[in-house]
Amino acid sequence: MNDKQVSTLSSARSLLSDCRGLCEAKTTAPIAENALLRLGLADAYTTIETALGTVYVAWNAHGLSAVTRKPTAGDFEVWAADLLGRKVYARVAAPERLAHAMTAWLAGDRRAALTFDLRGVTPFVREALLKAREIPHGEVRPYSWVAREIGHPRAMRAVGTAMARNPIPLFIPCHRVVRADGHLGAYGMGGPESKRRILSAEGVNVEQVEALASAGVRYVGSDSTSHVYCYPTCHYAQRIGAPHLVTFADEEAAYAAGYRPCNVCRPPAARLAG
Amino acid sequence: MTCDDALAGALADDLNAAFERLACAWEQRLYAFALRMTGRPRDAEELAEETLAQAWRALAGYSPERRRALCLRPWLFQIAANLARNRARSARRHPALSLDDLALASDMVGDGGGLAERIADEDPLGMPEVVVDREQRLADLATLLLTLPETQRVAVVLRHVEGLGYGAIAEAMGEPVGTVKSHASRGVARLRRALERERLSEAREVAR
Repeated sequence: MNDKQVSTLSSARSLLSDCRGLCEAKTTAPIAENALLRLGLADAYTTIETALGTVYVAWNAHGLSAVTRKPTAGDFEVWAADLLGRKVYARVAAPERLAHAMTAWLAGDRRAALTFDLRGVTPFVREALLKAREIPHGEVRPYSWVAREIGHPRAMRAVGTAMARNPIPLFIPCHRVVRADGHLGAYGMGGPESKRRILSAEGVNVEQVEALASAGVRYVGSDSTSHVYCYPTCHYAQRIGAPHLVTFADEEAAYAAGYRPCNVCRPPAARLAG
Repeated sequence: MTCDDALAGALADDLNAAFERLACAWEQRLYAFALRMTGRPRDAEELAEETLAQAWRALAGYSPERRRALCLRPWLFQIAANLARNRARSARRHPALSLDDLALASDMVGDGGGLAERIADEDPLGMPEVVVDREQRLADLATLLLTLPETQRVAVVLRHVEGLGYGAIAEAMGEPVGTVKSHASRGVARLRRALERERLSEAREVAR
């Protein structure tokens, strides 16, 4: 072998070994994470400030997927992975559009572009939650209202269970679903005290709601105008002046007094009216 | 070609859980491949992510039996190579760089300086000059790769960067083994000639 051949051989060897070296290229970009997020196979999460303090929120391509309070990110990751059956990856903040939508939604803007991923719950729970979502900011409805509205009027207990299974509390406002007897009822994210705190923050006069309910009042109406009866927190009921306020223990009493159910808050019609 | 791939078996049993493992196991390799094909880190990240997304969509449409029988390596590189080709075609850069672009391109190709540090970490006795020399050589080579015609580039990268066998490369490129062998060897020959030319012109430069 002459010198030129030796040099060619060694340069051939170094070319191929250099080629091998090119596979060392590394990136810190979260490629797998981004792909999994895009495909809805993993969720991202961050923390936000709310009326209940700091809460963890997770989301994916379908929308918000899980919300809760946990002491640490590690606790949240374990809880969320169990709930969702997917990994969750930490993000410093939500994407800007989502962050805006969340803020607007929590402030009561129902046109905020916020979607929810409820693939993990049963059809009944999903229906009950989507119905709860229709209850306006600053108002409450009893469990029986949700049950009736989704076509299962006897399923009040199941509605209670569905609210307890809400994976996206605060945003899907299960806190606006209360017991008809004046107790606010259970609340998954911190108990009745938290429920009271959120409702107050939303402008519900909680003392008044409790006082009316424990006095046996289910509905209110105005004797001055259209003879309509409403749930006490209904937007229309709240505008009734004190001199005109009439109260009813049940729908039969309202019917007997010549009142019909409000089209907006949709209390039950009297059986007699049937 | 038969493969006994545990991950393919897992994909057959529980697609979503196993795919998460696949994505984490493959992200860097797909990135390295994509970087050699595109020359741009940002493009390579996008291409690697898109490869994973397409892979999942395809897997979701396959029967468990078909997933179990998959040879993941050639299959994933096939998706990545097709995406790289489409991207190159739509950007009307084929090959990705001409020889005239080399001077401009040598700045942007490479690993952003991290390689020298990593090698130094692995080998504390490694001489800095040698490391820098190697890093420069690799960057030059990466740039040269981009001047190869598409098919030669895919074959060379799969064979000599990723270390696939010709059977797997044939599968990834959808061509006979003999054809991909000739793509690879013509590609290597072309690289060698280009390196030789550079060496000569450098020698002339020094002698001047």
